[in-house]
Amino acid sequence: MSNRAFAPVALAVALALAAASQLVTNEYFFTAGYTVLLFVILATAWNILGGYTGYVNFGSAAFFAIGAYTTVALYNAFKAPLPVTIVAGTAVAGLAGLGLGYLTLRLRGVFFAIASLALAVVLYVFVVNWDFVGGARGAYILQPREVPFGMPRYIHLIYSVQLLMVALALVVARAIEHSTLGRGLAAIRDDELAAECSGVPTLRLKIFSAMASCALMGMAGTTFPYYLSYIEPSSAFSLSYAVNSIAMPLIGGMMSWIGPLIGAVLLGTVQQLVQVTVSSAWNLLIVGVLLVLFVTLAPNGIMGWVEAWRRRRER
Amino acid sequence: MEIPTALLVNAIIAGLLLGGFYAAVSVGVSISFGMLDVVNIAHPAFIILGSYIAYIVNDRFGFDPIAVSLVLSPLFFLLGMALYRVYYLSFEKRGQESLRGLAFFFGILFITEVALVLIFGVDYRMVSTRYSDVTWRAGVADFPMRLAVPFLVSVAMVLGVQLLLTRTFFGRAVLAVAQDQLALRLMGVNPVRVKELAFGLSIATAGVAGAFLIVIQPVQPAIGREFIGLAFAVCVLGGMGSILGTLLGAFVLGIAESFTSTFFGPSWAPAVSFGLLLATLAFRPSGLLGR
Repeated sequence: MSNRAFAPVALAVALALAAASQLVTNEYFFTAGYTVLLFVILATAWNILGGYTGYVNFGSAAFFAIGAYTTVALYNAFKAPLPVTIVAGTAVAGLAGLGLGYLTLRLRGVFFAIASLALAVVLYVFVVNWDFVGGARGAYILQPREVPFGMPRYIHLIYSVQLLMVALALVVARAIEHSTLGRGLAAIRDDELAAECSGVPTLRLKIFSAMASCALMGMAGTTFPYYLSYIEPSSAFSLSYAVNSIAMPLIGGMMSWIGPLIGAVLLGTVQQLVQVTVSSAWNLLIVGVLLVLFVTLAPNGIMGWVEAWRRRRER
Repeated sequence: MEIPTALLVNAIIAGLLLGGFYAAVSVGVSISFGMLDVVNIAHPAFIILGSYIAYIVNDRFGFDPIAVSLVLSPLFFLLGMALYRVYYLSFEKRGQESLRGLAFFFGILFITEVALVLIFGVDYRMVSTRYSDVTWRAGVADFPMRLAVPFLVSVAMVLGVQLLLTRTFFGRAVLAVAQDQLALRLMGVNPVRVKELAFGLSIATAGVAGAFLIVIQPVQPAIGREFIGLAFAVCVLGGMGSILGTLLGAFVLGIAESFTSTFFGPSWAPAVSFGLLLATLAFRPSGLLGR
């Protein structure tokens, strides 16, 4: 399917799913569904830089929180409506990714990874000290009383918006993957020196890929303050976002856009179940153990198994 | 703005003492990342593990945490060797260390943190020693023993590592691994074995640094993360693979953090290491004493 054809299909599927979900009467479905969708966006976004380009971003939580806190800042300043904060949060996170990439992507890949991890710590310190967005106490955001499109509650709207964002993230990831740009990124991943020598503008491609990836993570965060009507730094910067957005593509498979989707839906759903039935600390331990097991024993993830199975059948 | 002399003197002393501790935190990263090219971002997890072991032994038997950590450091050494073995077989051998190896260490960091939370909860733990509340005064200068004892042991440990690396056959082999593994193989030395031992040494220093940490401040599982940026900042600032550079970088960072705490407030201190890291990467990637 061409990129041009994929976009309307993805959008149509997202709209259909959003419409069909309105029939669900259980409130909890939307609360859990929102979290899973959030992880789908983060995993897809992480994979643009991690899977396609081969650069590890440990700061997913930082970019997610940039999106969330842009919403809080604009809400506190002008009571800005959701569409405005979505655009603004995406842009700010993209700029942050651009800046971090510009400073560290010229050096060895590992420096970007370490800098992204450190960025999360520093932004956390910054937000804790910034009283305008609530500081360490956290901030309240009121959900508008009138919910558009005749939806019964605000969570229904947030959930549907998140579904559209998933479609957008998948379209962007797939468009990058199936283009000259994607081939350039794959060349960087496989052998950066050889790519540079063959005339691939490696630095520019890497910075672009970092920007796109971080912008999508920021976009995922913009709706988060409305999710519980309350946000505080340690939940917005939670290390679980960083771990999940790495674990999900690794478990699903990093070579194509479908891997992170599979990994995020699977792992996200399992986590929701464990969180309800056991506890949230155990749920984090499971993610960590799965990450280590998959990365050591099944480095190509679930899609790697599918590929191997397909190849065996062809023979 | 008039700055009182006593405040300034004490900020410098606190910075130097803190810097000594940071050197213990970073010397292991300097070995693993700077010399062996193993990007062990799980290093702080072993520091926190060392803190908790020192805490348990101190809590049960009342032994001095630092002495305990020195006695138990061979265990950390073995743990480090085992970890490197897994890392080598799963990633280095297959040439996948850059992405999957990093994710592996990140997973280890995360598992250790969550496991400690499950066992001990998120409460802060602390130890009591005979010197915890003692402060030695010289004029306006204060030397809190809580910081000074870890400082002395730490500087001794870092200098010991430096001597080990420069004066012994094993040490020269480690330095050779850092420069050219193929050449080492041609000389009949097994680089994997050398790296295994050196990685064990790196984790052993982490265990001791953990005991320093719990003497200096109360510890809870999640604070390990703050030391990732710090350890790598010190390592890069000092110059990759230079132990004396690491010591110097640690003092620079300690003083910078102490000044930030004194003049802007302690809540800003964790941001200093990242600022220094970014500034070093942007302006002098080879560090202070880099080759």
